[in-house]
Amino acid sequence: MKYHILEKKNLDCFIKNLLKKMKVVAPVERGSGNYSFAEISSADEIKCDYVPTILPPKKYFMPQREKIMDFKEDGDVKESCYIDGEKIAVFGVHTCDLSGLQCLNIVFNDKPVDHNFLMRKENLFMIGLECNKYCDEYASCALVNAHLPNGGYDLFLTDIGDKFVINVNTQDGEDFVESIKLPQASAKDMSELEKIREEKKKIFKNEIDVEPSKIPQIFEKSYNSKVWEEVANKCLSCGNCTNVCPTCYCFDMEDTLNLDLKSGERIRKWDSCQFETFARVAGGENFREERSMRQRHRVYRKFKFPVDKFNRFFCTGCGRCSRTCMAGINLKEILVKLAEEVKF
Amino acid sequence: MKTKEKNVIEIKESNWSYRKGTILNTKMMTKTEKWFDIKLDDGELGHEPGQFVQVELFGVGEAPISICSSPTKKGSFELTVRAAGRVTNQMHKLEKGDRVYIRGPFGRPFPVKQMFGNDILFVAGGLGIAPLRSLINYVMDNRKDFGKVDILLGCKSPKDMLFYDEVERWGKRMDINFACTVDKGEPDWKGNVGLITTLIPGVNLNPERTYAVVVGPPIMYKFVIAELLKKNIPERHIVLSLERHMKCGMGKCGHCQIDHPKNYYCCKDGPTFTYDEVKESKKL
Ligand SMILES: Cc1cc2nc3c(=O)[nH]c(=O)nc-3n(C[C@H](O)[C@H](O)[C@H](O)COP(=O)(O)OP(=O)(O)OC[C@H]3O[C@@H](n4cnc5c(N)ncnc54)[C@H](O)[C@@H]3O)c2cc1C
Ligand code: FES
Repeated sequence: MKYHILEKKNLDCFIKNLLKKMKVVAPVERGSGNYSFAEISSADEIKCDYVPTILPPKKYFMPQREKIMDFKEDGDVKESCYIDGEKIAVFGVHTCDLSGLQCLNIVFNDKPVDHNFLMRKENLFMIGLECNKYCDEYASCALVNAHLPNGGYDLFLTDIGDKFVINVNTQDGEDFVESIKLPQASAKDMSELEKIREEKKKIFKNEIDVEPSKIPQIFEKSYNSKVWEEVANKCLSCGNCTNVCPTCYCFDMEDTLNLDLKSGERIRKWDSCQFETFARVAGGENFREERSMRQRHRVYRKFKFPVDKFNRFFCTGCGRCSRTCMAGINLKEILVKLAEEVKF
Repeated sequence: MKTKEKNVIEIKESNWSYRKGTILNTKMMTKTEKWFDIKLDDGELGHEPGQFVQVELFGVGEAPISICSSPTKKGSFELTVRAAGRVTNQMHKLEKGDRVYIRGPFGRPFPVKQMFGNDILFVAGGLGIAPLRSLINYVMDNRKDFGKVDILLGCKSPKDMLFYDEVERWGKRMDINFACTVDKGEPDWKGNVGLITTLIPGVNLNPERTYAVVVGPPIMYKFVIAELLKKNIPERHIVLSLERHMKCGMGKCGHCQIDHPKNYYCCKDGPTFTYDEVKESKKL
């Protein structure tokens, strides 16, 4: 593991050097306490101290609307599939979101692999940023162990006062810090980093009174819980919770035809299991007709199905679903209620 | 995969690319169901009984359709399409000589090898005969490998019967027991009238060595399975093919996931399931 140092006063120089090589996106302020990842041209625009952005950086790996293919009819139909190969640096990604991207990476590496996702990933230069304290009361990153860096980045920054310690995780990362001649971290810098990690142990504690190791057993017994009915009574089926989730990837496909009626595109766009039509088939049958079934489905897709299949939670504790819910549905409360019902 | 022009990277082997084929023949089987015989440019489809393909109509969309012919039939494969919505209505406009674009085959086939050496009871309701026919014809072509074969067929009215000629031939074969019923008869209809469940009590079977393969609408499953369980057929010997909304066929889009405490994608883990696997689902 290699560690370098970036003086905070040199952040703009760091960004300008990145900009020479690629587009840079970073968290920027959107007003009313909202933030989003957006293209920047200088470090002034970056908000390093931010609560999770409205949309997670999954939008760069799997855009909300993504062209999967062009087709053209000329006697026979010819299709061609390609992605925009632009290189982008994503600056300031919290550990919860890095964890979310790893979940998506697992899914899209599962056969048949998703070439679009994997090729976009190749073009993204990931720069993480550590949270030294909680963003707000919705977070539950310690519960799912996503409050510390666990890979998924090229470079990872930790704020140690007037400088960042940069952990270099890839050769691309190394090449970049070498190219701008960032000094190596000193023993003193490293002990500062140690101190922050020690401090974090005191700050970041399991946010709810439920042992993570018990969660799989809770979900074994919660399929017919009355909690789903309670949640359904509040839910408006707006789909916000799934849109903002860093590990939701359900999608719909749409064909569009150009004016020549001979060529067009197949588009992949985000979809939500919370929509009433999501599981409806022609003829009218709907396999998740009730809201309670749909909410249960969402939560099972975070804490049960991925545990069975990939041995990890697909919740990163970012808190977005609860933060954004217009009806005040809170994921932590759901977990606590389920645990109470099952009573371990 | 290479750079075509600035910023554009071509995906040479996309999982979304299509296999191309030509329609050899079509036939309107009923007012709403059309049959297609399709030959692929790249040779055999390479499917097993119970699988499906995604058929694409460029500019309209895709629909999952069961392969209704047996893999023992070489050179082409068959689909039966009910006009049910946007894509399927458009498909009905395709005629002999038209080009078709498909992805697949997809899905877990019927557990044919487990069925070897067992008696088979087929129960088909309505369009369920389409996926089931891929297995029925497979069993016919490998008749020796199986024990006693019973086919029970149900549909709304005689006019709605699919594969009429073939069904008639099944009725005449001595190596299968065939019965069929319609919900509503017509003056010249000489067969049974009533729900398909009424045919099950009359079937003589040895439950421990029988596989019941049931395909039909959700409502049919409920009642047919109850009858089969009454006959003591083990839950893991009841094989179903489920229908769900599908957008990819690759276990990714999420649409087809079964409402069930276990992680089942209809497109990858199914569409065929044993009753034992999916019985906790509220609606099959
Ligand atoms: C495994 C499987 C096998 C099938 N086999 C056959 C068959 O052999 N013959 C046949 O006629 N039909 C079959 N169906 C049903 C057929 O796929 C639907 O009737 C068809 O998708 C409806 O599309 P549409 O655009 O005409 O209808 P619309 O109602 O306009 O549908 C719009 C979109 O919703 C989705 N959708 C709607 N209904 C269904 C559905 N029932 N299943 C999956 N996706 C749906 C599709 O993606 C479709 O593009 C099968 C379905 C599945 C899942
Ligand atoms: S059809 Fe997309 S996951 Fe099954």
